[in-house]
Amino acid sequence: MDYWMAFLIGGMICGIAQLVMDIGKFSQIHVMSGLVIAGVILGSIGAYDSLIDIAGAGALLPISGFGYLLIKGILSYKMENGWMSIGSGIFQLAGLELSFTIVLSFFIALICKPKG
Amino acid sequence: MKLKENYQQAVKVFQPKPPYVLNGIKAFFIGGLLCLAGEALQKGYVFLFDMSLLEAQHLMLLTFIFLAIVLTGIGTYDSFSQFAGAGATILITGFANALASAALEHRSEGWITGVANHMFKIGGAVIVYGIVVAYLFGTIHLIF
Repeated sequence: MDYWMAFLIGGMICGIAQLVMDIGKFSQIHVMSGLVIAGVILGSIGAYDSLIDIAGAGALLPISGFGYLLIKGILSYKMENGWMSIGSGIFQLAGLELSFTIVLSFFIALICKPKG
Repeated sequence: MKLKENYQQAVKVFQPKPPYVLNGIKAFFIGGLLCLAGEALQKGYVFLFDMSLLEAQHLMLLTFIFLAIVLTGIGTYDSFSQFAGAGATILITGFANALASAALEHRSEGWITGVANHMFKIGGAVIVYGIVVAYLFGTIHLIF
């Protein structure tokens, strides 16, 4: 059942994004920015939490899950640290993915040569 | 300005119409299958390494980022994402691919002005808008 929901929700986000890209003539990065903003907004009102409960990786793997992690870091850090949570809490959860991406991209550029 | 609008109008007739339904279905199935694989991976991590769900979720995301960047380095990711459309680019793998391919592409311009400067050329928009909006909403949450 979890697998079905992950497949359906993840597929639906991708399919809708593809339709928006085709019909609205948006580029990839426009749609990605929009999805991140949607993830942050849904995360801040708590709707994305329940979406992740339902769909698991299907909601976490699209880029809106990254926006959710950004706001989730702030909200979960807020209990102990008060006003300091805004700046430092952003990277509490999403920093894992962000720093790993940057470091690995650098090392791949170190090792590989561009193709084509 | 007028010329630009005229150009958009004039060129519209000659632009091929993309196959909306086919692209949408393709993106749905490939994105769905990738998410299914992620769910399976997450469950596998919990089962195999006795992790908490939070750890498993993050490790799953890191695995996908790792695969996307390594495939970008090898050079096979481009053909895959061209076939999959939004099914691959909208996921976090697309973000990782944007950073890695930009870094790779500008490798010849040097390590600082090339790789480090151009790494965020495409993917920077995601980071900027994500952080700005999260900052605003975090402030709102703190006040109310």
